[in-house]
Amino acid sequence: MQALTFLDAFLGSIGRSVLGLCAAIGRIALFAVLTISHLLRPPFYLAEFGRQLLQIGYFSLPVVGLTALFTGGALALQIYSGGARFSAEAVVPSVVAIAMVRELGPVLSGLMVAGRVSSSIAAELGTMRVTEQIDALTTLSTNPMKYLVVPRVLAATIAMPILAFIGDVIGIMGGFLVGTQRLGFNAATYINNTWSFLEFEDVFSGLVKAAAFGFIVALMGCYHGYNSGRGAQGVGRATTNAVVSASVLILAANYLLTEIFFTS
Amino acid sequence: MIQLINVKKSFGNNHVLRGVNLTIEQGESMVIIGGSGTGKSVALKSVLGLVQPDSGQILVNGADTTEGDRDAFLAQFGMLFQGGALFDSLSVWQNVAFRLLRGKGKLTKSDARDVAIEKLRRVGLKPEVADQFPAELSGGMQKRVGLARAIAAEPDIIFFDEPTTGLDPIMSGVINELIREIVVEMGATAMTITHDMSSVRAIADKVAMLHEGVVQWTGPVSEMDSSGDPYLDQFINARAEGPIEAVR
Repeated sequence: MQALTFLDAFLGSIGRSVLGLCAAIGRIALFAVLTISHLLRPPFYLAEFGRQLLQIGYFSLPVVGLTALFTGGALALQIYSGGARFSAEAVVPSVVAIAMVRELGPVLSGLMVAGRVSSSIAAELGTMRVTEQIDALTTLSTNPMKYLVVPRVLAATIAMPILAFIGDVIGIMGGFLVGTQRLGFNAATYINNTWSFLEFEDVFSGLVKAAAFGFIVALMGCYHGYNSGRGAQGVGRATTNAVVSASVLILAANYLLTEIFFTS
Repeated sequence: MIQLINVKKSFGNNHVLRGVNLTIEQGESMVIIGGSGTGKSVALKSVLGLVQPDSGQILVNGADTTEGDRDAFLAQFGMLFQGGALFDSLSVWQNVAFRLLRGKGKLTKSDARDVAIEKLRRVGLKPEVADQFPAELSGGMQKRVGLARAIAAEPDIIFFDEPTTGLDPIMSGVINELIREIVVEMGATAMTITHDMSSVRAIADKVAMLHEGVVQWTGPVSEMDSSGDPYLDQFINARAEGPIEAVR
C-alpha cells in the first residue's frame, strides 16, 4: 500500500514536471510568434533598433574577438598534436578554418553573447517590469512588445552573423599566428591551404546558425525579463533563466541546423 | 465619466475584486482609499486594461473599455505611477515628451522639448533638469517629472497611484497641492489611490473606500468624517481596533 502511494506520488511529480515543461514551451512559442507578428507591422522604432544594434553588436565585439582568437590558437595546437599521430600535421589550416566557420565561430559567439546580452536584456526588462515602466509604456499608447522586444530581437538577429563572421576571421587568424609562430608553418602555405579548402557553404551555414542564435539570445532575454517575477529575486531568477535557456537552446539549435545543412 | 459595474478579479484563490461598483463623474476628483491588498491598484489598472477583469463592465464616457481603438482610448489618460516609472534610458525631457514624440499627433523634437520644459516648469522644476537622467533626481523630483509626463498631452482623465508614497511630509504637501491645482486647472477627471489621509483631504471631491473587494463606502469628502461607517471610521482615524482586522 505504501509502495503504491510512493509510486503514485513519484509518477505524479514526473507528470507535473512534463506538463510544466510543455506549458513553458508553449508560452515561449507564443511569445516568439507574437514577436514575429509585431516585427512585420508598424510602427517601427528605428532609433531604438539602432541603439540596440550598438549595444548588442558593437559592444560584444571585444568578448567575441578574444574568445575566437584564443579558440583558434588552441585549435591549431590540438589539431597539430592530434594530426601528428597519423602524420597529418598539414591539415591544421584547413581544419581550423572549417571548424571555426562551421561550428566554433557561431556557437562560441552565440554562447558568449548569450552570457552578455541575454542576461542584460532580462535584467533591464525585468527591472522595467518591477518598476512599472512596462505598464507606463502601455499607458503612453506604446506597445511594449514593439518598443522593447522587437528592436532587441531584430538587432540581435542581424548583429550575430556579423559578430560570428568577425569571430571566424579572428579565430582563423589565431590559428594562423600559432601555426606560423609556434608550429613552423609557412605563412603563404597556411593562407593558401585555408582558402583552398574553405567552401561557401561552410561560411553560409555558420552565418545562418549565428542568425538563429541571435534570435534565441534576444528572445530568451526578452521573454524572461518581460515575465519577470516581483522584486530583486524575481529579476535575478529571470536573468539566470535567460542565460541558461538561451545557452541550452543554442546548443540544441546548433545540432538541428547541422543536421539540416550537412546530412542531406 | 468612468463607471465600474460589478467588476470582479481573482488571482488564483485570491479574490481581489468581488464586484466593484463605482461611478466617477466628468471633472470629478475621486480618491479610492483602503488597506493594503484591498484591490485599489487592481481596480485602477483594470480601467486602463493593464489587468483584465474576470467579469463585469468598465465604461469610459459610455464606451466599453474593451472595445474600439486602443490607442485612441489610452490617449485620453495620463498616469502618475507610485514609483514614478520613469524610463531610465531616456533624459527627463524625453520622458515628459514621450507621448508627444510618437503616434498620430507627433510633434517635432524641438516643439516636444519646448512643451516638456513648459510642463516641467508647471510642476516646479527648472529647465536645467530637462537634460538630466531620472537616476540623478531625488524621489520628490522624480514624482514631479512623473506628474509632468502624466499631464504632457493634456489628457481628459488622470490617474494617480499612491502619489505621496515615500516622500517626506512637506514634499507630500507640495505634490498634493500640485495635483489639486493641475486637476482643477485642466478640468480633468481624476482617480487617485492612496492611504495617505492628507492626500485624501487635499485632492478629493469624493472618496470611495474599498474593503474586501467591494466599495464599502462612497460619498463627498466633506461627509467622510461623519459617515457613521465603522470601517471608514477605523481607517481614517488609524485605529488598530475595529471591524477591519489588523494583522499583528
